[in-house]
Amino acid sequence: MTVPDDAPAQTGNPQMISIARRQRLQDIFFHRITQAFSLLVLIALMGIIVSLFINAWPAFQKFGLHFIWYVEWDIINEEFGAAIAIVGTLASAGIALLIAVPLAFGIALFLTETCPVWLRRPLGTAIELLAAVPSIIYGMFGLFVFAPLFADYFQVPVQKLMSGMPLIGFLFGGSTNGMGILAAGIVLAFMVLPFVAAVMRDVFEIVPPILRESAYGLGCTTWEVVRRVVLPYTQKGVVGGVMLGLGRALGETMAVTFVIGNANRMPTSLFSPGTSIASTLANEFGEAADFHISALFALGFLLFVITFVVLGLAKWMIVRAEKAKGI
Amino acid sequence: MEINQTLYRKRRMANSVGLTLSMASMALGLTVLLWILFVLLSNGLAAIDLNMFTQDTPAPGTEGGGLRNAIVGSLMMLGFTVLFSTPIGILAGIYLSEYGDTSKTAEVTRFVTDIMLSAPSIVLGLFVYAIAVATVGGFSGWAGTLALSLIAVPVIVRTTENMLRLVPGGLREAAFALGAPRWKVSTMVTLRAAKSGVMTGLLLAIARISGETAPLLFTALNNQFFNADMSKPMANLPVVIFQFAMSPYENWIRLAWGGALLITLAVLVLNILARVFFREKVAA
Repeated sequence: MTVPDDAPAQTGNPQMISIARRQRLQDIFFHRITQAFSLLVLIALMGIIVSLFINAWPAFQKFGLHFIWYVEWDIINEEFGAAIAIVGTLASAGIALLIAVPLAFGIALFLTETCPVWLRRPLGTAIELLAAVPSIIYGMFGLFVFAPLFADYFQVPVQKLMSGMPLIGFLFGGSTNGMGILAAGIVLAFMVLPFVAAVMRDVFEIVPPILRESAYGLGCTTWEVVRRVVLPYTQKGVVGGVMLGLGRALGETMAVTFVIGNANRMPTSLFSPGTSIASTLANEFGEAADFHISALFALGFLLFVITFVVLGLAKWMIVRAEKAKGI
Repeated sequence: MEINQTLYRKRRMANSVGLTLSMASMALGLTVLLWILFVLLSNGLAAIDLNMFTQDTPAPGTEGGGLRNAIVGSLMMLGFTVLFSTPIGILAGIYLSEYGDTSKTAEVTRFVTDIMLSAPSIVLGLFVYAIAVATVGGFSGWAGTLALSLIAVPVIVRTTENMLRLVPGGLREAAFALGAPRWKVSTMVTLRAAKSGVMTGLLLAIARISGETAPLLFTALNNQFFNADMSKPMANLPVVIFQFAMSPYENWIRLAWGGALLITLAVLVLNILARVFFREKVAA
């Protein structure tokens, strides 16, 4: 940036000097203004954390850290604990990842190894479009289409089969109306699947061709190349992508609210209705007052902290994966 | 040379099982996309008629009605969001790409922007409720716009930065060599060269926010009537869809499907447009 400033000064032409000076001022101004706008993002983040905490303070003050594992959500008696919502959030997001990660791996494998080249772009685009579908659509789809099918063709037969079993039978108890933790997890899985698959495909693509080709040259099968060369090489990036999906699943509101059943009880089985932090907020915030609002803010604060940590870790791992590859 | 036949067969088996499963998961992904589109079309097309665009949302339990107030509200909030977040996002993106290589602030900003990209949108709604709704104006279209901007800005910042980074350094150096000041190089050379890429980011941001429901629940709220005043609660498609789909009224559910189809089509068209823009850029 010093290049244009110094040159005219040596010629000593006063007009040029004044132009150079003006441009220099404009440059400083431009630098600061763009910097200020980028700092806005930082300020917004700070603002979110601070304002959530301030609004949540009455609840934290009353219940302390106990709030996190207190199993109670009694609006009338103003007894609030986050445990039910946290369990619902973690369980639905966990189920979603259990289903989505293997599927995403399969899709990424297909798109980078087996798919004919001319089909790669259209199929990749299709997966990206799946990621673009708004989450409320997944919610509606879950409520009107998926839940009835899920009840008739999965819950009823599985309950018949499994509920008599010792040890794991309790997992399949409860009503079979198509709603519940497992249903929410499955709908969430299809929502996060394209995100995870897209990241995996991108990191699979940065594997240097020479590594792949050497493995093929040694006589490896495609499966072995992916399993033993590509996957170890892209490990951190893959984990980062999975965490990114986890972050999405934890904070998702609409896809979950429609199908989780929205009951403020501790879920006792995979079929029992529950609630997640985001769905509790969506359902109750509009009608909440006074202390209830503060408890909801406390839930929101916890959700933000959890997702912040997960997303931060994800980002860190992806960056490290890219740095290790010198990209 | 002898080949261990059992080992060989086992490896081939593992390979074909793995590849078949991978193809099956791809097929499953495509099936879900097509299934969702099919469900949307078969339920939504029945609801889309002229009334949907000319009449307002009906009272519970009544027949007829449309989504005019919600469509107008959504478009107004989207419009203002784009108006506010585009300059902010592009300028911040310029900073990260043109000045951001060396500074620590830029590194932190980049990290935070990436987190904001995936932050739970309902929490952003809570935040706007806390700073704007509870303190000053109550529920309003402006509050909704603010919440949507919080989602749109990070998307624009990151795509702008990435697109500016694709501009070859030689172009900047050539402009510097001609004596152009830095701000002119950034705005008139680099940004112009990355124009279609930046447009891509903008379109993706619009696509992203047009289906967002959660941040509008406690900010723009909803409005049963037609309202073009941004300082009042405002009807908008996502919240109307949410409310109508969860209701027991058949007419409301029908309209919810119609709205859902509208939003999805808009989002998919925006995404495809963005891709076309970007491909032109890569080809050039």
